[in-house]
Amino acid sequence: MTDILDHQIAERDKLANPRHDWASDNARRRIKRRYGRDRLLRIFGLGAVITALMLLAILIASLTYTGYVAFYTTKVKVEIFLDPQKIDRENPGKTKYRKMTKQAFNAYFPEVKNRKDKRNLSKILSSGAQYIVRDYVVSHPELIGQTVSLNLPLSDPFDQLQKGVIPRRIDAPGKNSGKNDGNGEKMLNPRFKSEKVLVWFDTLVARDMLSSPFSWELFVNADSRFPELAGLAGAFTGSLLALLVCFLISFPVGIAAAIYLEEFAPKNRFTDFVEVNINNLAAVPSVVFGLLALAVFINFFGLPRSVPLVGGMALALMTLPTIIVSTRAALKAVPPSIREAALGVGASRHEVVLHHVLPLAMPGILTGTIIGLAQALGETAPLLLIGMNAFIPSIENLGLMEPATALPTQIFAWGDSPERGFVSRTSAAILVLIGFLVMMNLVAIYLRQKFERKW
Amino acid sequence: MSEKAMNMNVETPKEPVNAMNFQLPKELQVKVKTRDVNVHYGEKQALFDINLDVPANHVVSLIGPSGCGKSTYLRCLNRMNDIIDIARVSGQIELDGVDIYDKNIDVVELRARVGMVFQKPNPFPKSIFDNVAYGPRIHGLADNKTELEEIVVTSLQKAGLFDEVKDRLKDSGTGLSGGQQQRLCIARAIATKPEVILMDEPASALDPIATAVIEELIDELRQNFTIIIVTHSMQQAARISQYTAFFHLGYLVEVGDTEQIFTNPVDRRTQDYITGRFG
Repeated sequence: MTDILDHQIAERDKLANPRHDWASDNARRRIKRRYGRDRLLRIFGLGAVITALMLLAILIASLTYTGYVAFYTTKVKVEIFLDPQKIDRENPGKTKYRKMTKQAFNAYFPEVKNRKDKRNLSKILSSGAQYIVRDYVVSHPELIGQTVSLNLPLSDPFDQLQKGVIPRRIDAPGKNSGKNDGNGEKMLNPRFKSEKVLVWFDTLVARDMLSSPFSWELFVNADSRFPELAGLAGAFTGSLLALLVCFLISFPVGIAAAIYLEEFAPKNRFTDFVEVNINNLAAVPSVVFGLLALAVFINFFGLPRSVPLVGGMALALMTLPTIIVSTRAALKAVPPSIREAALGVGASRHEVVLHHVLPLAMPGILTGTIIGLAQALGETAPLLLIGMNAFIPSIENLGLMEPATALPTQIFAWGDSPERGFVSRTSAAILVLIGFLVMMNLVAIYLRQKFERKW
Repeated sequence: MSEKAMNMNVETPKEPVNAMNFQLPKELQVKVKTRDVNVHYGEKQALFDINLDVPANHVVSLIGPSGCGKSTYLRCLNRMNDIIDIARVSGQIELDGVDIYDKNIDVVELRARVGMVFQKPNPFPKSIFDNVAYGPRIHGLADNKTELEEIVVTSLQKAGLFDEVKDRLKDSGTGLSGGQQQRLCIARAIATKPEVILMDEPASALDPIATAVIEELIDELRQNFTIIIVTHSMQQAARISQYTAFFHLGYLVEVGDTEQIFTNPVDRRTQDYITGRFG
């Protein structure tokens, strides 16, 4: 019985494809090989994704590792008597606070008499401490004549020492130098003036006068020569102004150009040429746009250097192709049936575009725009070329036509600075910049989700 | 845009064209008159010397195999071919005796007077109300909100959709079923108070029940509008139209009374087509 069945199946298989035997070794091998290739492709893809994620994780981890110390500042609590005889009540900002601050701090070490020692002692305190005292008095004039207790930042070497970034002693230069095996001669880290300052510093620690609060300075201060006081507020304002200019120029111009090319332009050699060149422009190195901005806006039109207006215009040049390309893609993605429907009820071409096509393309356009702006936010080269890396120690005097700096150029400047504190400041600034980029992308995703329509 | 129209194959017919033999009864008013219409897509010629008279308040169906030019002809009547860069239309097309390809004719006004319903339901992704109100709004047909509402309600009623959607006029038009969407598109087309409605296979994407509803609707709409409908279904053409035109390879082969075309066609190609020998 089964023989007959087997025979029947064999006959049927022959009929189905007389030349192919699915059960032969050859066929089995082929099938196995095909599955093997499927698996290989999947493994390659997965491997690529994992590699990319790992690189990203390494980047973030290393930035966080170096940068996290910049998010807090070592501060010392100092009691200062705001002497009414030395402070001008009418104009407290004009008073010299340097001496007052130094004396208040040195008072904790009455045993230090020597002038040189006194100078070294006061250098434990940040050189910017006097301005903190000044600002405090200006905002609290009613406290003049009283004794106030202020948390003043330490200067960079002591800040870094407390954070464990730099050691007290380093290997002495000599025969063992460079081996770093821990057995060589040791010497005082040259960032500290003498052994004494370390003793005084230890006294501060022992007296429990030090604290490590969150470093609001990083966000509310402008740039400073002293890393413990340097902040991103100036760079952030500059970036914001430049991005605003960039958006105001590139968004309307980009959309208008894309609408014309996509909806109205005749298809001929000229428009083909324009189209190819717009796509090429998107790939032009940004430094070229910086040179263009320098040559046209500054040299030819005589706009001032270093200002966010010109920076924004340079970034707009760079962002325009991105916006045009993404807008055209978004317009193309609107189904032709919607255009026909609108034309069919007698809408004119501008009504078709403004009432139907553009609203439907908006999520795509906005996503492209935000991604273009995020690129512009991280762009350094064009800003360096037009000089938008000015040293901005105060955020009071910022405007479209005032010299400014931006987040990436600030990172560039800090990365170039010799003070040890700027190493962690640079990493922290990069983290902040990445944070902004992530936020912008989240906004793009949100807008896409919100405005996306189905049909 | 209309790739379907551009890709079609057109060959020179081997037999003479005898569409001119047919004359409309004298008492009928001619709404749309076409004389020697030729359409080219680039190098390809899609329509050859089309002569066709469409009587007012009648349904005329255009039948023929795929790529025969019936959609192209339909799109000539409200100048939808204008938006195809390579399309070129020559000849004379008159609406109420006025040449619609004349320089002085405003396309926007023409399309308001000659409405169109497409093969795939294509409501705007807006509310049902706004879908119907869009045409009247852009043409300024209503002076105030009450008038606009009246137009919308009447149009939806004429399209046989009002009772189904009266409680959810604010809902999106794309949320309706396929048949309802198509009736919404018909309501949208009649909201601009057109004289002629062009329908390009309006029921081909619908199920039989929705198709029956649309067909009934077309018959009712005939009271107020002149309807030209392209259809692939010969039964549909027989059911709803009074006159039928058979297109083949870019030529208008035969025009006639629907009954005559389906029972006693003059041309052998018409006979072959309606008996299912090709197409």
